[in-house]
Amino acid sequence: MSDTQTAAPVLEITNLSVELPKGTDRRYAVDEVSITVAPHEIVCLVGESGSGKSVTAHSVMGLLPKGQLTPVAGTIRLHGEDLLTVSDDRLRELRGARMSMIFQEPMTALNPTMTCSDQIEEVLITHTDLGMTERRQRILDILELVHLPDPPRMAASYPHQLSGGQRKRIMIAMALVLEPSLLIADEPTTALDVTTQAQILKLIKEIQQTHDTGVLFITHDFGVVAEIADRVAVMQWGKIVEQGDAKTVLRNPQHAYTRMLIGAVPSFTPIDRPRDPKAAVVLKTLGLSKTYTGGTFLRRAAGVRAADDVNIEVRKGETLGIVGESGSGKSTVARCIARLIDPTSGAVLLDGDDIARAPSRQLRKLRRRVQIIFQDPYRSLNPRRPVGESIIEGPTNYGTSRADATERARQLMALVRLDPESLDRYPHQFSGGQRQRICIARALAMGPDLLIADEAVSALDVSVQAQVLDLLDDIRRRLDLAMLFITHDLRVAAQVCDTVAVMHRGKVVEYGPAHSVFADPQDDYTRSLFAAAPGRGFAFGAGALTASPDATA
Amino acid sequence: MFGFIVNRLIATIPVLGMVAIFVFLMLRLTPGDPAAVLAGDNGTPQQIAEIREALGLNEPIPVQLGIWFSNLLQGDFGQSYFFKKDVTELILLRVGPTVALATTTLIITIIVAIPLGIIAAYLHGTWIDRGVMAFSVAGFSIPVFVLGYILVYLFALEIKLFPVQGYKPLADGFWPFIHHLVLPSITLSVIYIALIARITRASVLEILNEDYIRTAYAKGLKPTKVLMKHALRNAAVPIVTVIGIGIALLIGGVVVTESVFNIPGLGRLTVDAVLGRDYPTIQAVIIVFSFVYVLINLLIDLSYSLLDPRIRY
Repeated sequence: MSDTQTAAPVLEITNLSVELPKGTDRRYAVDEVSITVAPHEIVCLVGESGSGKSVTAHSVMGLLPKGQLTPVAGTIRLHGEDLLTVSDDRLRELRGARMSMIFQEPMTALNPTMTCSDQIEEVLITHTDLGMTERRQRILDILELVHLPDPPRMAASYPHQLSGGQRKRIMIAMALVLEPSLLIADEPTTALDVTTQAQILKLIKEIQQTHDTGVLFITHDFGVVAEIADRVAVMQWGKIVEQGDAKTVLRNPQHAYTRMLIGAVPSFTPIDRPRDPKAAVVLKTLGLSKTYTGGTFLRRAAGVRAADDVNIEVRKGETLGIVGESGSGKSTVARCIARLIDPTSGAVLLDGDDIARAPSRQLRKLRRRVQIIFQDPYRSLNPRRPVGESIIEGPTNYGTSRADATERARQLMALVRLDPESLDRYPHQFSGGQRQRICIARALAMGPDLLIADEAVSALDVSVQAQVLDLLDDIRRRLDLAMLFITHDLRVAAQVCDTVAVMHRGKVVEYGPAHSVFADPQDDYTRSLFAAAPGRGFAFGAGALTASPDATA
Repeated sequence: MFGFIVNRLIATIPVLGMVAIFVFLMLRLTPGDPAAVLAGDNGTPQQIAEIREALGLNEPIPVQLGIWFSNLLQGDFGQSYFFKKDVTELILLRVGPTVALATTTLIITIIVAIPLGIIAAYLHGTWIDRGVMAFSVAGFSIPVFVLGYILVYLFALEIKLFPVQGYKPLADGFWPFIHHLVLPSITLSVIYIALIARITRASVLEILNEDYIRTAYAKGLKPTKVLMKHALRNAAVPIVTVIGIGIALLIGGVVVTESVFNIPGLGRLTVDAVLGRDYPTIQAVIIVFSFVYVLINLLIDLSYSLLDPRIRY
């Protein structure tokens, strides 16, 4: 649609308050929030988890869970029409046609039992009187528009047959097929790989410009903000603490919380700390490979080489980062090193002992020397046991007395900056960041030589992420640990790693000291990975706020 | 897909073989002598011995098993001791009423239980939901024969709306056929309605929390459309599984219900055969039942791939 009065906003949220159920820590999920989105404009709503940004978006769509979250004050006007007072029927007419939404999870936001074309067609059937051939044409056109290869085949596919990025494009096609004037994107790129993320951001920007769509873009990632926002609104505890032009807010944030958020985004410039070339090699892999074979016993399918001839080493007191996108094999390598899975070939030497070939009795002894911290702190602790039990279980399995293990657990809690008295509490009584600290304490309780952090900070908010990274670094230094840090996030890798191995399709394509890999990547894939990182042109990190305004990377 | 079906059908052969041997041996180990039953209360020991000889029951058990098994492989279930007929013929005669009863029960169950479960899930936490759940517990707890007699008392004796018992084949006309089946079907279906309504509610409830349900609402779909088109199909796999198990369990229910309502089906045949120690008939009926059971399981597995495109064989 082309709006002649470009000044009239598409969306106008005025003093919106949404009440939380009684008994929660605060009264309002959203507290007197006012935001406007003009046609042709991308407004980013930024905040950490629990800030109320998603609740704001869901209020606009009328998708708040009934009885749990209720808008109690304010107005939400879409082209002047107050969405909080219209009838359910009218709201349904507007949804999908005038305003639509893209959700975060590309894996779960599409119905697995319907073809993509059926799911898009449903929007057309609900909102238009188009005939079958016209609908078919519209579907193929929109799939073309979101740059999906071979639209007829995509249309006939089920979601599980597509990649994450392709599903996201289907989501976008579904949201845009009726050319809505407002598009709400709720963390649309969070679960995607960087290169896919860059493509999707480009696509949203492109379509928004050609279709005059106003976009309300919800994200926690300031890199993404720097990449696409025209204007930014920063939310904290349900309130908007700062709002303004994107460049101004990024360069010159006024509110302390905004400054903290921007400061917490890891910088792209790697740390360059002195390394001891004589430090002992703790872990060394020689030609480590893992091939997954599929098929039945009659027809042998071609194997997937998840890890292919990986040669890496980690020295005492150093951190090696394994960086790659999903499916690159980085987690496979970590699991082989911890012998959670058996490598197909190659050796994993831990101080000279080969883990890859160790028989089970010897393996038991080796196990305590390699410990892992997993990605999801919500699921890696047993919810029905006090955290203290989780921490002392490992050492007592290896013969430490309960009293000694408990004493050690108390010391470790202090080391990870948690109250030693809280050992008898349950995981749900801790926040995500605190739980990850507990997981770190649990790993350290075994007294490992090598600590593997498998995407250990990926599920955390940036401010918490910064604290946990700081803690890990502190522990590495104090205990002189060797650390293997697996991540998809280049910024994080830049901040914690001494050496970096970039993985692509099971192979290490680039391997070297962090500062030289970041400063001068040799491999094409590494370069494309760096180029795709959002907000690359903006210097984040502690230096961001004092950096000169024309800072470029 | 075709290979999968063939494999599964071949896999039924050892299963049925094991069932056959097991049933044969169990029957020989249970107390009771078919010859004594046939000779009647006034039978002399000599008559009983003659009957035993005539039936071949004096042969060693492995020999008896061998003879029965080789006949079985030729498709011959043997002669009924009690009914003095070919067992195959006997079963064919009795299978109609049972299939009729099972079918009507299944239809009633599905058209009542699934909507009930969906409504309960959609109105989760309301008094309607609680009502459905309460009915479900009650329906599950009440024994089939108790419910059968209550229904007979109310609807056949007091109101005289339906016949007390008996069966009319479809050949006698559709109305008499259905008229006689209503009470037995309702009796038998209550427990399945309870079970399937519960499963439907639980699995729809789980699906309603999925992201794609929110996507469907965001598209502007009406709640009914979201429930029927998006939620139900995705919730279908566990529901169909339980319906399948229900059909298998129906076999047990049929025995009781046919006895209460005096329907001449396989259930009644089983009861009569057991009371008469009619070994060939019991063995045959159990083999038929287990074959049906295996077949239903195969059909359930095949239905998964229709319901969920992610499942392929």
